[in-house]
Amino acid sequence: MFQDPFDAKSLLARRCPCGGAHAAADHDRLVAQAVPSAEEERWNRVVDAAVLRAVFPVDAQRRLFLKTVGAATAMAAISSVLPLGAAREAFAQGGAPEKKDLKVGFIPITCATPIIMAHPMGFYAKQGLNVEVVKTAGWAVIRDKSLAKEYDAAHMLSPMPLAISLGVGSNPVPWAMPAIENINGQAITLAIKHKDKRDPKDWKGFRFAVPFDYSMHNYLLRYYVAEHGLDPDKDISIRSVPPPEMVANLRADNIDGYLGPDPFNQRAVYDGIGFIHLLTKELWDGHPCCAFTVSKEFATQNPNSYRALLKAIIDATTFASKAENRKEIAKAIAPQNYLNQPETVLEQILTGTYADGLGGVKRDANRIDFDPFPWNQFAIWILSQMKRWGQLKADVDYAKVAADVFLATDTASMMKEMGLVPPDPSKKTIVVMGKPFDPAKPDDYVASFAIKRS
Amino acid sequence: MAAFRNSLGLRSALLSLLIFAGIVVFWQIATQPTAGTGAAVDPEYAKLVGAAAATGSKSAMPTPADIGATIFKHLSDPFYVRGSNDKGIGVQLAYSLGRVLLGFGLAALVAVPLGFLIGMSPLVYRALDPFIQILKPVSPLAWMPLALYTIKDSAISSIFVIFICSVWPMLINTAFGVASVRREWLNVARTLEVGPLRTAFKVILPAAAPTIMTGMRISIGIAWLVIVAAEMLVGGTGIGYFVWNEWNNLSIANIVTAILLIGLVGLLLDQGLARLTRLVTYPE
Repeated sequence: MFQDPFDAKSLLARRCPCGGAHAAADHDRLVAQAVPSAEEERWNRVVDAAVLRAVFPVDAQRRLFLKTVGAATAMAAISSVLPLGAAREAFAQGGAPEKKDLKVGFIPITCATPIIMAHPMGFYAKQGLNVEVVKTAGWAVIRDKSLAKEYDAAHMLSPMPLAISLGVGSNPVPWAMPAIENINGQAITLAIKHKDKRDPKDWKGFRFAVPFDYSMHNYLLRYYVAEHGLDPDKDISIRSVPPPEMVANLRADNIDGYLGPDPFNQRAVYDGIGFIHLLTKELWDGHPCCAFTVSKEFATQNPNSYRALLKAIIDATTFASKAENRKEIAKAIAPQNYLNQPETVLEQILTGTYADGLGGVKRDANRIDFDPFPWNQFAIWILSQMKRWGQLKADVDYAKVAADVFLATDTASMMKEMGLVPPDPSKKTIVVMGKPFDPAKPDDYVASFAIKRS
Repeated sequence: MAAFRNSLGLRSALLSLLIFAGIVVFWQIATQPTAGTGAAVDPEYAKLVGAAAATGSKSAMPTPADIGATIFKHLSDPFYVRGSNDKGIGVQLAYSLGRVLLGFGLAALVAVPLGFLIGMSPLVYRALDPFIQILKPVSPLAWMPLALYTIKDSAISSIFVIFICSVWPMLINTAFGVASVRREWLNVARTLEVGPLRTAFKVILPAAAPTIMTGMRISIGIAWLVIVAAEMLVGGTGIGYFVWNEWNNLSIANIVTAILLIGLVGLLLDQGLARLTRLVTYPE
C-alpha cells in the first residue's frame, strides 16, 4: 500500500486473490505457463514442493540455498538424504485404500467414456484399485443396484443423485456427485421418414423417447418443444426407454424420434434408420449430462478408496477431454466387454466428424466433451426444471441441495492436489436456447415460462 | 421302398428336413440385399455409415449363411472369458442353467413337502387355494422390482424369481396327485395297520410320483422361459444378458444364435425330466 509507485519491481495492480505476487488479470496466463502439461510431471512437482517446504520451513532460506548452489545440485543434495522418487511414488498412490476391489456400474453409452476407459487404459490400476466395471441394463436398475450397495460407485444421469437425495422417485438416501462425466454429446434423432419435418411445430402427436424421467434428456427435450409452443405432456408423448432399446424401437416404428445419448444417435444413422436433427449442444453449449456418483456413506466410510477413485476419474476425464486422444479411446471402449459397438460409430462421436443421416458429413469437434467439474449452477438449473415439470412438489433450498450433492469443493481440492487448476466455482453462465439463467433466482426462472406444470 | 413307406420315423425325419430346407430357402430369398435407391452417396459419407445406409436403405436381416457363420464362431470357442462383461456363450449358458437349477431346486424343496401336506388335508387345501390361485397367474417378472427392492441383491433376486415361478405348478400338481391317490390303496394300508409315515413314503409318494414329476416338467419349462427375461432385466451374466448385449449392438445374427441355443437347452431340460417321469410311471 505504501510502496514506491516509481519502483519498477513493485506491484501496483491489485494483487491476485490466489495470493501470488502478480496481478489478477495475469493469473490464468501465469498458471498455464507454470504448470507442466504432462500429468506425471504435475504430480512430481506437487511432491517436490511439499518436500522442499518440509526441508526449508522458511522460504527465504530455500531461495537463498537454491541461488547459491543451483537447482540441479539442490535436487541431488536433497535426494541423497530424502529419496524424492520414493516420495513421488508414495504420493501417487495416496493413503492405502480401505477397499481395493470395487465394482462400478455403467450403462453402455459414450457418456460413460471416462468411467469405462479408465479400466482398459489403466487409470484405476494406477491408483492401486482393482475396479470391475459392470454393464447394467437401465437407469432404474443401476439406481436400485447402487442403493442395494451392489455397486460401490456408479455412472448416473446428473439429475439422478439430486432425485435420490431428495427422495423423488425412490427412498431418500444421501447421494453425492463429485464429478461430471461429459458435457454435450446428446442429440435429437428422428426417423428417416420425418426428414422433411424439421420444424418442431410439425411434431404434434409425435412419440418421443428419453432415457429416464430424471435426465437432462427429458428436461432438454421438454424445454426445446415448449420453446416452440408445444406442451410436452399434451401435444407429444414422451416415454422413458433404456438407450439401447431406442434404435430398435425407432426401427420398429414404435417411436418417431428420441433425445438420447450417443452412440445410439450415430448408430441410427449407421444403420440407415434415423437422422440427427440437432445436437443438444445447439440448445445449450456445455450442458452436463452423465455423472460419476457414490453414496455419501461409501465416501465417508472409505475416504481413501473414494479419493483414489475420484482421482482416477478426474484423471481419465482430463485425458478424454483432449482431442488427440479421442481415436485411441474409441478403440479402447468399442469391444464387446464395454460398449459393444462398431469402432467407426464411436470414432465419429468422439472426434466430431460425423455422418448426419441425410447424406451430409458434419464437423463439430465439441460434439461431446469431458469436464469433471460439478458446477452447482448445473444442479440448480436441473432442480428448477424438476420444479417446472412437477417432479419436485415441495419447496427446496436450491443452493443448499446443490452444494450437498454436487461436491464442487471436493473436486476443486482434488484437482489442486493433482496439480490441475480448478475453475472459479462462482463463475458459470448458463444460457439455454438464448435465454440466460440466473442461479440466484431459480423460482423467478420457473415462473418465467409459459408452459409449465407448477 | 416298402420299408420306407412303413417306417413312420424315417418319413417324419425326411419331412422335418424338407421343412427346414424350405425355411432356409425362404429366409435366403426374403433377406436378399435390395438394391436400395441407388442414390449416389458421397464416398466420405459412405465410409462413416454401414453398408446398407450407404446405399440409402436400412440395414437388413442377416442371411442364413451369416447366421451359420455366427453359430460356428460361437461354438468353436464357447468358454472364453475376456473381462466381466464379455464371456463365451457356453459360460453364459452355464450361468443361466446354474440359476435355473438353483431356483428350481429350492422350489422343489418347498413345493413337494408343502404340496404333500395340502394334498393330505382337505381343510388346508381349501384354505390355501385362494392364495395359490391368485399368485399362480402373476407374471414372474412382475416380482422383479419387488425382489430387487426387498432382497437388495440382483443375483439372489433372479433366483427368487425363478423360485416363485416354478413353485406353483409343482405345488398344485403335488397336492392334486396326493389328494387323488386311490381310496382303496389307503384303506388297504390302514387295514394292514401301516404307520402314517410309512403310508406316506410307501403308498402315497409312489402313487403320486407321476403327477409330481409332470408338475416339475412344467416348472422347469417355465423357469427356463423366465430366466432369459430376468437376465435381460438385471444384466451382468447369463444367456439373457447375452441377448440384451447383442440387442444393444443390433446384432441379429448373434441373437438368432442365442435363440437357437436357448431352444436346444430347453429341449434337453424337458427331455431329461420326461425320462425321469417315465422311470416313476406305473401301469394301473
